[in-house]
Amino acid sequence: MTKNLLTSAVFAGVAAGLIAALLQFVFVIPALLEGELFETGARIHFGANGSPESDRGSPGLGTEWARHAMTVGFNVVTYVGFGFLLLAAMAFAELRGLTTITSKQGIIWGLAGFIAIQLAPAIGLPPELPGTPAAEIGPRQMWWLGTLVASALGLWVIAFGRGVIALSGVILLLGPHIIGAPHLDAFWGVAPPELSAEFVTLSLGAAAAGWSTLGFLCAWFWTKEL
Amino acid sequence: MNAQNNTAAQTKTIARTDLSVLPIAFAVLGGLMLLFASGYAQASVLHDAAHDQRHAMAFPCH
Repeated sequence: MTKNLLTSAVFAGVAAGLIAALLQFVFVIPALLEGELFETGARIHFGANGSPESDRGSPGLGTEWARHAMTVGFNVVTYVGFGFLLLAAMAFAELRGLTTITSKQGIIWGLAGFIAIQLAPAIGLPPELPGTPAAEIGPRQMWWLGTLVASALGLWVIAFGRGVIALSGVILLLGPHIIGAPHLDAFWGVAPPELSAEFVTLSLGAAAAGWSTLGFLCAWFWTKEL
Repeated sequence: MNAQNNTAAQTKTIARTDLSVLPIAFAVLGGLMLLFASGYAQASVLHDAAHDQRHAMAFPCH
């Protein structure tokens, strides 16, 4: 059977997107909805009475099924998009004779995708819990896009560059962080910092699982003898 | 032994019929379009629908 690049990416993306969505509903969305309680003022941290204490506990997923269905849908769209780019990179490396893809190698490719697309931008712009204001969207999107492009190129150069050229990958990885992401010049978040930190680690963890699944499945569907 | 390995690798590579530039270019284009819609476009309908997912994926949201 013909091994089709595009259909392999779609199968892998849909499966990885559904798995990522499931992980998000267990771990990430409850924290996000808890953050919204502070964003809307339903809960107040450092309240008017000067108390540094506020209640803890997620309101649960609730009954906003349409909203949650959108989250599942967009996870699938996002992961199919990631899958296209990741498998294109794998196929390009193989076309150039740089490597031969196996499904286990796919996990490494997936983790590299996680580092370039999720982790590197998140170092400068942490995943935002609702109730934690951030700088203007325009400059942040610019920095975010530049960082993931530079990081992806950097990893590619480290993986496939020869000799000293491979070292220039380090500069590509470091560059965006030396330039620095756009930030507000004051803190005025209304959500508890502990919850914000948990949200960041939970969402990065879910993304790491999603990406390594995606990498494995992309390579598996593409190289499988059917 | 080495020659055998090379032949095996070549056969495997040739078996993947999509190994040419065109499908790779299509994949890149398709991937960029999907990600633009799910992670980047600021049209309010798209933004609201993708809101939770964008936050969860660390995309700059609003």
